[in-house]
Amino acid sequence: MELICPAGTPAAFRQAVDAGAHAVYCGYRGETNARNFPGLNFSHAEMREAIAYAHARGARVLVAINTFPRAGALDLWHRAVDEAVAAGADALILADIAVLDYAARTHPAQRLHVSVQAAAANPEAVRFYVEAFGVRRVVLPRVLSVAEIAAITRAVAPCETEVFVFGGLCVMAEGRCSLSSYATGQSPNMNGVCSPAGHVAYRQDGATLVSRLGDFTINKFAEGEPAGYPTLCKGRFATPRMDGYIFEDPVSLDAAELLPALGKAGVTGLKIEGRQRGRAYVESVVRAFRAALDALEAGRPIVSPGLLSLTEGQSTTQGAYRKTWR
Amino acid sequence: MNAPAAATLPPLLQAALRPLPLAPLDPLLGLVLRAVLRRHPAIFDRLGGHAQKSFGLRPTDLPFALVLTPCPEAPRIAAVRSLPRHGLDARISGPLRALVALAEGEMDGDALFFSRTLTVEGDMEAVLALRNAMDGEGLDLVRDVATALGPLSPLAERLGIRGRRLLDRLSRPRGKPAWS
Repeated sequence: MELICPAGTPAAFRQAVDAGAHAVYCGYRGETNARNFPGLNFSHAEMREAIAYAHARGARVLVAINTFPRAGALDLWHRAVDEAVAAGADALILADIAVLDYAARTHPAQRLHVSVQAAAANPEAVRFYVEAFGVRRVVLPRVLSVAEIAAITRAVAPCETEVFVFGGLCVMAEGRCSLSSYATGQSPNMNGVCSPAGHVAYRQDGATLVSRLGDFTINKFAEGEPAGYPTLCKGRFATPRMDGYIFEDPVSLDAAELLPALGKAGVTGLKIEGRQRGRAYVESVVRAFRAALDALEAGRPIVSPGLLSLTEGQSTTQGAYRKTWR
Repeated sequence: MNAPAAATLPPLLQAALRPLPLAPLDPLLGLVLRAVLRRHPAIFDRLGGHAQKSFGLRPTDLPFALVLTPCPEAPRIAAVRSLPRHGLDARISGPLRALVALAEGEMDGDALFFSRTLTVEGDMEAVLALRNAMDGEGLDLVRDVATALGPLSPLAERLGIRGRRLLDRLSRPRGKPAWS
């Protein structure tokens, strides 16, 4: 299995490669990638340098151009595709069918992956991308159990599958979630930002941390209580039946224990979330998962990565991989 | 840096530092800021328009705070007894050791926020841009400053490394989180 690691800056990119990433995924500055945060991402020159750095060390580079263009504004996405191909990207991670169509027609030799943002969650959807655009891999959304992943992987072979194994946990059908748009008018799907920073406010109310998104109070964290991102899906809600977390708690995905099962399921790519995170996160998580993967391949037991201090809410879950009903 | 994220300086040291005047700190802080920006001009590229903003940095275990305006034309940093209520675009507070580790990318900013070691208020776009700009540059404050001192560089680096070790030794977890 291939370990695919995040990088939001050239420094994080080098850290990922040096820590043992088989491949690194990253994106250009601006709204063509789903991590369009201030101060993050790559210029065209930085991307070319990063790809050269990775290739010199035997690592691959996957360029994420995985937002959905606005009608009539495809040029920016086309230019990003052309530039990534010219820079020597090993694969492009795309979500929108118009961008996939452009890439497949303009650069027929370029390897294409379907982004998690496309929410291709069944064999029929995956086959459509394979037949229409010749995609070689699909990143599955984080709403499937391991058994479902195994069934899809068998059904779509030789198209490869890739799944997230660590980091921020999007619990919605990705690419379809409108919660951020509802609160702020901007979304990861169109603008590359879930809960954009310009709409986020934090306030200390005595010892309580209050987080707000747009006009909505998302959460109140008591003294000493670990905090989470200001996203609506992990906010606390007051409802007639209960007050609390109704979608998901502030928590990160950690599927390290499931690596053997994912291997048996036939998964090719194991992805770490976190292009918005710092170098310290990238270094620790990549090193831990590379060690786990090496142990698995050598038949040794997998040691728990011990990454709790890096997780949202200082808490982890196996999410839908081990689905339970509430 | 091996001390835990929420490690703080001893209260006795904080009390001992409180009566000292702040004025002598400003030239030293200015030297550090200019040295960092000279070695890492790409910081401004990542900061963009946020370079013009004012950031209040408050080490919660020191009896003073800093006001930083990166502004490429005239970068400024000044020590103040407490952060002004108005005129700052963003405030970042946490133990000194955590703030230094954040600046140098040795600790992850989101993790420090999740653990409540770090508090942030104000313009979150500016805060993220500053965090990402510093993290993306791989700052090494001791080496950056030492490099700027020319022939004094080896001596400055030795002193800086000793100072860093001292900060590590003095910073310890002390019960309640160091935020307020």
